[in-house]
Amino acid sequence: MPELATAVRELTFGEAIKEAIAEEMRRDPRVVLMGEDVAEAGTTFKVLVGLVDEFGKERIIDTPISEAGFTGLGVGAAMAGMRPIVDIMFGDFLMIIMDQVANQAAKIHYMSGGKWKVPLVIRATMGATRRSAAQHSQSLHAWPSHIPGLKVVVPSTPYDAKGLFKAAVREDNPVVIFEHKISYRKVKGHVPDEDYIIPLGVADVKREGTDITLIALSSMVQVALGAAKMLEEVGISAEVVDPRTTWPLDEKTLVESVKKTSRCIVIDEGYFRYGITGELASLIQEQAFFDLDGPVRRLGAMHVPIPFSPSLEDVTVPSERQVFDLARQMCNK
Amino acid sequence: MSTAATKSPSKIPTDKLLRLYKQMVAIRLFEERVNDLYTRALMPGLAHLYIGEEAIAVGVCEALRTDDYITSTHRGHGHCLAKGASPDLMFAELLGKEAGYCKGKGGSMHIADPATGNLGANAIVGGSAGIATGAAYASKYLKQDRVAVCFFGEGALGQGLLYEELNLAQLWKLPVIFVCENNGYNEYTHFSESTAGDVSARADAFGMANETADGQNVREVFAVASKYIERARKGEGPAFLQFKTYRYHGHHVGDIARAYYRPKAEEQEWVTQRDPITLHGQWLMDNGVADRAVLDKVQADLIAEMDAAVEFAVNSPYPDPSKVDQDIYA
Ligand SMILES: Cc1ncc(C[n+]2csc(CCOP(=O)(O)OP(=O)(O)O)c2C)c(N)n1
Repeated sequence: MPELATAVRELTFGEAIKEAIAEEMRRDPRVVLMGEDVAEAGTTFKVLVGLVDEFGKERIIDTPISEAGFTGLGVGAAMAGMRPIVDIMFGDFLMIIMDQVANQAAKIHYMSGGKWKVPLVIRATMGATRRSAAQHSQSLHAWPSHIPGLKVVVPSTPYDAKGLFKAAVREDNPVVIFEHKISYRKVKGHVPDEDYIIPLGVADVKREGTDITLIALSSMVQVALGAAKMLEEVGISAEVVDPRTTWPLDEKTLVESVKKTSRCIVIDEGYFRYGITGELASLIQEQAFFDLDGPVRRLGAMHVPIPFSPSLEDVTVPSERQVFDLARQMCNK
Repeated sequence: MSTAATKSPSKIPTDKLLRLYKQMVAIRLFEERVNDLYTRALMPGLAHLYIGEEAIAVGVCEALRTDDYITSTHRGHGHCLAKGASPDLMFAELLGKEAGYCKGKGGSMHIADPATGNLGANAIVGGSAGIATGAAYASKYLKQDRVAVCFFGEGALGQGLLYEELNLAQLWKLPVIFVCENNGYNEYTHFSESTAGDVSARADAFGMANETADGQNVREVFAVASKYIERARKGEGPAFLQFKTYRYHGHHVGDIARAYYRPKAEEQEWVTQRDPITLHGQWLMDNGVADRAVLDKVQADLIAEMDAAVEFAVNSPYPDPSKVDQDIYA
């Protein structure tokens, strides 16, 4: 990146997403956003406050509480020449819209022999530790990742969130984007003024290292970076790689990192069983087997419904300490 | 022309009256060939025949423009043809051939065709209600005056999505027409065993304009559909239309022994007394619009066209297996 004359501009994760949406809406009048309480309320998470002032209620559209209804409407509108963004609030509501996502949006291009396109963005959230209990805390990005025809974005930084969101809006395919709720306000970072997009399917090395690769997604990127700092203090050099999208998947960057370091932990906030970590671990074993020092290890959300009580909830999500301990053990240090 | 000789006996112009007939016969002949292809094991999958219900697809689609939208169902061949699809490309799709509308990737239940505004047939009962409503939304937002029609069987009344879309459509005054084809049976169950209350009362509950009409009378379907389609086109909002009809064949071609869920006498009554093609043909003759020779000629021409279309499909190649992973992403 060229040296910046001006001071580095910092945005929160939430601000970066709002900016991405605003820019894309200015650029393309076919882009509209719809969901529950998205207009004056600016979403439940207040991430979009103010957008309705610029774009009006014709383009920032409050819907009834009908997630399947407006997602299906979004599919049809996308086919008929628009580029809608539908906001389902909590990722947990993915189940409610799943027919429209998995059986309709994902399959229309293929079933029509490539004739119809569905340029639809579905905004969902993920992430536990907000004391929201089992129906408002899940990280379900593995679900759409399982379905051919969908693209799935799981950004971890404001810079990535903005660039990936803008790319998603310009995609001719249905894209599900999972925004990490805790990150909205908590994660800040540099976001340049100028227009940029980040193509879907390009991983990012968030930190270079030589002893172990930590593949981490979304919220777990911050956890991995924290663990990497702790590891540095005990003489272990950890590389942190963020796939940024689960599909398309930048296999090459992940595999090459592990070939270099010979060790790998995959860390994700989705459920541990039958999920993202299993998929990525098997990819690494298949493609970097002879470069590995030992088995690829995984950390994910415990296989329990996410509990309400803080003392229970906090132990369900992988922590810096867990990553640190496991990495240390794998490196024999 | 409005000379005495061509003056129509109804509000519907003479050429339209004949076209309604022709389109119904086309669907009937198409479906008879589907039945034949299926029983000869040339057609993979399932075949849900539209025979008996032709007046609805034809009456509604003849009231639409080519750039208007439709969504269709598992029993969708009639809708696709009525909206303007070519029989040869449809047969090719039904047989899983490369030349088919969807390159053999969709099959009988997924014919889609942007050129005729066909957003696609759908194998999820009620699954296209959102798509049709969304196309209507896009038409309104983009200031086009296109109307979308969502065809569905009365079985879809059991699906929650439909009610979300009725609410959204009415709330936002979208140019979408919900067309309920009530053939009396959800698969192998009479709809009275699955459906509480009155069908049109559902539309009333949303304050949506609605009408119930005879789905075996193509002129009536056309008149009712035209009225609500033009109303929607003018921006006056959606409508819910219920057409009473009957499917002559099984739920799908293999559904032969049907006596356990519907009496033979009932089937006979509809087939012999209420057939939309026979009724409209008779009306055309009674009212001097066409004589038997004209109607026979219509049929003969269509038979030739349909047979050629079948031959085209049977003789065309299957897609190369290397195409299996194409068209997943745009
Ligand atoms: C959501 C869903 N549930 C069940 C089925 C299986 N199924 C296919 S057709 C059908 C009956 C549909 O009846 P109706 O909507 O009245 O249409 P008809 O077959 O009478 O034209 C059922 C239950 C399905 N395809 N989708």
